Amino acid sequence: MTGIALPAPDPRILARKAAIVAELRRLVVDPEAVIDDPIELVPYETDAFTAYRRLPLAVVLPSTTAEVSAVLAFCAREGVPVVPRGAGTSLSGGAIPQEDAVVVGVARMNRVLAIDPADRTARVQAGITNLAISEAVAEHGFFYAPDPSSQLACTLAGNIAMNSGGAHCLKYGVTTNNLLGVTLVLVDGTVVELGGEALDSPGYDLVGLVCGSEGQLGIVTEAVVRILPKPEGARPVLLAFPSSEAAGACVADIIGAGIVPVAIEFMDNPAIRICEAFAKAGYPTEAAAMLIVEVEGSDAEIDAELARIVAIARRHGVTTIKESRSATETAQIWKGRKSAFGATGRIADYICMDGTIPTGRLPEVLRRMDEIVRSYGLRVANVFHAGDGNLHPLVLYDVNDPDQAARAEACGNDILKLCVEVGGCLTGEHGVGIEKRDLMRHQFTDAELAQQMRVRAVFDPSWILNPAKVFPLEGRIAG
Amino acid sequence: MKLEPGSEEAAAEAVRRLAAEGTPVRLEGGGTRQAIGRPIQTAATLSSRGLRGLTLYEPAEMVVAARAGTPLAELEAALAAKGQMLPFEPMDHRPLLGSRGEPTVGGMVAGNHSGPRRIKAGACRDSLIGLRFVNGRGELLRSGGRVMKNVTGLDLVKLLCGSWGTLAFLTEATFKVLPRPEAELTLLFEGLAEPEAVALLCAAMGTPFEPSGAAHLPAGVGAARARTVLRLEGFTRSIHYRADRLAACLREHGPAERIEGAESAALWRSVRDVLALVEPRERAVWRLSLPPARGAEAVAAIRAERPCEVLYDWSGGLVWLATAEEEDAGCATIRAVCERLGGHATLVRGSLDLRARIEPFHPTAERVRRLEAGIEDAFDPLGLFNPGLLRAGR
Repeated sequence: MTGIALPAPDPRILARKAAIVAELRRLVVDPEAVIDDPIELVPYETDAFTAYRRLPLAVVLPSTTAEVSAVLAFCAREGVPVVPRGAGTSLSGGAIPQEDAVVVGVARMNRVLAIDPADRTARVQAGITNLAISEAVAEHGFFYAPDPSSQLACTLAGNIAMNSGGAHCLKYGVTTNNLLGVTLVLVDGTVVELGGEALDSPGYDLVGLVCGSEGQLGIVTEAVVRILPKPEGARPVLLAFPSSEAAGACVADIIGAGIVPVAIEFMDNPAIRICEAFAKAGYPTEAAAMLIVEVEGSDAEIDAELARIVAIARRHGVTTIKESRSATETAQIWKGRKSAFGATGRIADYICMDGTIPTGRLPEVLRRMDEIVRSYGLRVANVFHAGDGNLHPLVLYDVNDPDQAARAEACGNDILKLCVEVGGCLTGEHGVGIEKRDLMRHQFTDAELAQQMRVRAVFDPSWILNPAKVFPLEGRIAG
Repeated sequence: MKLEPGSEEAAAEAVRRLAAEGTPVRLEGGGTRQAIGRPIQTAATLSSRGLRGLTLYEPAEMVVAARAGTPLAELEAALAAKGQMLPFEPMDHRPLLGSRGEPTVGGMVAGNHSGPRRIKAGACRDSLIGLRFVNGRGELLRSGGRVMKNVTGLDLVKLLCGSWGTLAFLTEATFKVLPRPEAELTLLFEGLAEPEAVALLCAAMGTPFEPSGAAHLPAGVGAARARTVLRLEGFTRSIHYRADRLAACLREHGPAERIEGAESAALWRSVRDVLALVEPRERAVWRLSLPPARGAEAVAAIRAERPCEVLYDWSGGLVWLATAEEEDAGCATIRAVCERLGGHATLVRGSLDLRARIEPFHPTAERVRRLEAGIEDAFDPLGLFNPGLLRAGR
């Protein structure tokens, strides 16, 4: 795909590559922490938005906040763009570099610094993986709630950059609701502490501003996160329906009845078939739509809540009810859903969209989305978080067919415009990155983008940090 | 000059006029919290009173939006009629400040006001998913929206929530809401000393039984005996089960009495609004935000320097502290202790004279302050909105 423009590299920076690399080596303790060999740079040329790739000028993998500070101060002084990177799992191209940029990867900074069960907080280095936080606090009976599908690999730094969500955010919220403090290295190398172990902090909510800022305000090297006690138990029920409308109405009635499950996941028929073929999870392949609804608590509480949910589902013509009775069954029900992206990847290439819509518009959006996809001669499989309206349509295409690839990209754009049109937004949890950058004017007015860019300019007046992302390349505001 | 625009467009027009004249303006909702912050005087006041009413309510989506001048009571009544509520239990400052009027949606957002349930359900800023506002250039803008998951662009919603009207004039706010729990039940432990009480609250918050309130009222604060209270909310059968389990986990602290229904609700309203510290009215009242487990330690260190009365909420993470106004009302001591323990302190009630003498809002570090000043310029380049409310010089 070639639809999204990346800025042309600055030849003056490219010409100084050797000097820049030499200085970077001087700034970090471990000489291996600076990569400039073209072969070794290849793993850093893209992220999980693989349609676009660029070799960076160099990669630095600092081990301390002080090293990050020294590298940023140097790059800012020299006018060299910096692309922050966690694990490179971004689905929106948030970590894709450019030829004249230095990638600053925080993955080496992955230690747990303190766990405080009484305050329900953990202080960690930001390069730690999402799942490693939960593993580290498990012995105290705690977990870290936001659970993006890539949680085995993705870093907290990346989660903070994108304000990542996950399947369980209906109850527990997304990253911003579970983040109490950050150590932020500003573009000039200054280190500031924002927030901390207390529930709120003085001054403006800069932690809230930094969360989801896609690496454009600074580089987060440490963070204090909220940890939560593990529930006594959790169990899902699988519910199949003869139509998407019936499944959508069932979701509305569950919430209307005062029940807030920890997760409500929706899959349409193509997604059910794809996942079942891969995971053999026992999904009903004839169903038009399927929900996985998970609740937490003691056994008795779970039984009571699932009974209420099943009663509601019966009013909507549910055709299959599969209540998990054991940890094995629970794992099986989730296995299909959690492998949705991988299973889809076996049968076709796909772009994973991430728009959010008001849940009440679901049946209409599913119908119109189907029309859009057909009009491009493509297929779609739908997997999404139904409780919060965050859609993940997977637009299937063949990456080796340039015509199909171009159609898939245009089709994805039309789907996102539809999300905005019905009152939703371009991205619920993957971030804007480069993928949705040029669609920003469909969601925001020029004055609104200008307001955001003025705030951005307070932190990075010269557009050093992740400069090709989020905001359309035309009409940018500097400090 | 009092301006009461009846529409967002009229509000934007009013700000453009003020900007053209360079006239600073006080932003006002219901006026119930005007006695918080540094005293300010402006030639003009811009009120949200003309912006009233719900603009969206979809109970099945758990989303509600209201114009900024909507009385909070009106929003809460509309939610209650559908069996829902604002998750964060906003505090009503009228009893503490002795103020009159009706708290508004905009005022609640401007101060990020949150009550006891914040410990479980998050603060106002966590439920706030969208804002419409007028910046200091007189531009009508939006951030966020009406969907729960939205990471499109910079999250200006978080910046504006808790900015006390110094960045923008809010015109409309959208929240995610929660079902109102079927029942509530409070476990009451009596006679505990403060360090043990805070330890109990923190232990309770570490169980899977999900207390939605965790407070301690020391002896003499509202009652003769010290009261340590934990609230459970949900379906009736569930809260009784959780109460049994929680009481068993905490039995080393003594037997727990159970308070239910209206009596429990009244108790938590009194914690939320700090009723036990309202009298005597001439005392200054501070709001300390701390890592929860350090709450009692902070109070002990302050008490060693000057007499005070306290009330703990948020498992010890929120300490309300009443003390005489003499000298600096304990400002230097309180702030030093809070900073040492990783917290900060805001003067919520104080005389005009005291609020002019000390900084009611906790100063931020110098480099952070520079970022904040830049953000103020980015929203309000002429410094029109609530100048000097948060600190001198702006």
